[in-house]
Amino acid sequence: MKIPRQAMPEQEAAVRARNFGEVNLGLEVVAAETEAQRCLSCADPKCVGGCPVGVKIKDFVELVLAGDYLKAAAKIREDNVLPAVTGRVCPQENQCEGACIMGKRFSSLAIGNLERFVADYERQSGQIGLPERAPSTGKKVAIVGSGPAGLSCAGDLALQGHQVTVFEALHEIGGVLLYGIPEFRLPKDIVRGEIENMKKMGIDFQTNVVVGKSMTIDELFDEEAFDAVFIATGAGLPQFLDIPGEHFGGVYSANEFLTRVNLMKAYDSEHYDQPVYDCRDRNVAVVGGGNTAMDSVRSAMRLGAKNAYIIYRRSEEEMPARKEEVHHAKDEGVEFMNLHNPIEFIGDERGVLTGVKLIKMELGEPDDSGRRRPKPIEGSEFEMPLDVAIIAVGTGANPLVQSTTPDMATNKWGYIVADEKSLRTNKRGVFAGGDIVSGAATVILAMGAGRTAARSINDFLRTGEW
Amino acid sequence: MFPIVEARPLARDVKLFRIHAPRVAKKRQAGQFVILRIAEHGERIPLTIADSDDEGNITIIVQGVGKTTKWLNTLETGDSILDVVGPLGEESEIDTFGTVVIIGGGVGTAIAYPTAVAMKKAGNHVISIVGSRNRELLILEDEMRATSDELCIMTDDGSHGEKGFVTEKLQQVIDRGAPIARVLAIGPVPMMRAVAERTRPHAIKTIVSLNPIMVDGTGMCGGCRVLVGGKSRFACVDGPEFDAHQVDFEVLIQRNRLYKQQETESLARFEKEQCEAAKQKSSCRLEQST
Repeated sequence: MKIPRQAMPEQEAAVRARNFGEVNLGLEVVAAETEAQRCLSCADPKCVGGCPVGVKIKDFVELVLAGDYLKAAAKIREDNVLPAVTGRVCPQENQCEGACIMGKRFSSLAIGNLERFVADYERQSGQIGLPERAPSTGKKVAIVGSGPAGLSCAGDLALQGHQVTVFEALHEIGGVLLYGIPEFRLPKDIVRGEIENMKKMGIDFQTNVVVGKSMTIDELFDEEAFDAVFIATGAGLPQFLDIPGEHFGGVYSANEFLTRVNLMKAYDSEHYDQPVYDCRDRNVAVVGGGNTAMDSVRSAMRLGAKNAYIIYRRSEEEMPARKEEVHHAKDEGVEFMNLHNPIEFIGDERGVLTGVKLIKMELGEPDDSGRRRPKPIEGSEFEMPLDVAIIAVGTGANPLVQSTTPDMATNKWGYIVADEKSLRTNKRGVFAGGDIVSGAATVILAMGAGRTAARSINDFLRTGEW
Repeated sequence: MFPIVEARPLARDVKLFRIHAPRVAKKRQAGQFVILRIAEHGERIPLTIADSDDEGNITIIVQGVGKTTKWLNTLETGDSILDVVGPLGEESEIDTFGTVVIIGGGVGTAIAYPTAVAMKKAGNHVISIVGSRNRELLILEDEMRATSDELCIMTDDGSHGEKGFVTEKLQQVIDRGAPIARVLAIGPVPMMRAVAERTRPHAIKTIVSLNPIMVDGTGMCGGCRVLVGGKSRFACVDGPEFDAHQVDFEVLIQRNRLYKQQETESLARFEKEQCEAAKQKSSCRLEQST
């Protein structure tokens, strides 16, 4: 293999650490062509099997090689309604690229970067290769939640000729793609562009509707005449550490911090009214080691933090965040305090955070998750000054839909019970998928669930059999 | 867009809006709220629903305090609000309790009103105590009178009703000795706290409607967490009404103060813009007249 993997050009670390512009700049045409030449065109492409939505990777890469980028983009769209999004935020190293045969001896094909390249090329050309819709079936499907699971399900169902309405509780469509993933990793205009494409496919989007409150699942069937419902509400309820001082001003859940910054654009306080705690010249720490933690700490850096820390109770090896994001964070100056755990927040008389008490940890025997269990080292407590703490240790199931749909089965943690293969719930016509079934996962896994649900809903609508 | 079908001043800096939001109007129950955003650059703020009608309109009553509420109060009939989402939160617990005392402080009366209506409808003996700084700031007097078996009006300066605080009147009602099944208090946090302290020694069940800072209103962000009985609860999905004797009011006050500086700056900017806009308008008029 003479050609090396083409590197993704990126904004220089010192510069990007203080702006919200995109970090990765995208491959140039020459680099994309060169990269595509590295594909071995395997007879049995393992990469496709590694993709949760089954993008025809070999076919689209061949179209890139042939120089037909628009057709390449259209080929991706057959299986994936959000190529510009997944090209940016998928953990490709664990999926398509992880399965790429070249990765065994050299470095795997940069499939994510190529996907992003053709999606961006297509967007800039203005000629979007939307797949053709099947003739109308006259069936109506309601989708609850406009995050990645809801959107991918909506896209597939629309192609199959069903009339699709997506309900969103917030004022803008996109779910976690908008409120959770920062501008520097996924520009909001990219998401908006994909939503516009979906509107062109005839999908109806309704914002400001909280299913479970504005109307119940039963009312969707009885009063609004939907034939099937797909619940894709995500796992929204933030988890806290349940340690003293968590109510002090300056202690945020990652969801709140990211929503203020991403969706409500609190970083542009000159023009937007939603406030966020002033991080300028402050000490900011994020507790957790996942992608959400990396997004939060890098956002804090960009809001002007003097010191930005990751506090993680295991070691870097166990960190669930993508390697790329960890490297990006380090390059930007984030300090990693691995094997540390907060045991108390400290505040002043006004109830504002001033510090945190930490304890050092060591790794013991593996636990149920197979990761070595962190144990506190007795007597290792110490305090450090802190102005903002962001808790990014996961989320639980949001209860709104479940609590007003008592005849739908949930498990003991409040997640919806759905059949693994069909994503059917125990309630006729109701399907559920994504984080509200599986617990917090990734954008592409949620999209995979959306596709599975779409196939299953299509079967149900065509046969009427439950 | 959600059209404003009626906008009418109720008191100084207090305005009533009827907004066409059919999905919300159809479902809302006493005690629930909406979150609205006026325009693209605006913040999301929670406001309790005071009333609704069969034409798909909801009523909200707004006191201009910070930028967003003052901005809202510049809107008129025929204007629109960009986003209105709801109804959110748990509804008030309504049952036939017996004698219920409903206390509304200032614009909090707008929130107390729908619960008073529901309590009366459920067959309770409703004693309402409505307070404000002065006559000018008193709202919904007629409406509260119509739904209450007894209405007491208290003003700080004695310009209307009796001079004094709502807590003093509450004490009098307690001192009468007739059993009170529950007290509902809605108004400024110090007032709600003072009410809680009056009822605590008598172990009278007391409910308050909390107004913490909130973003999404669906349980997603956790920003509205309040300390109740030593546990973190989310006002948006677990509330907004809680047992007053369990609420840590100090934490609520501290958390509500978090963005004071940003809010002051934002309000100052807004008022300057308003001022400039007004100046420009009047100069235009001058030009027209010459």
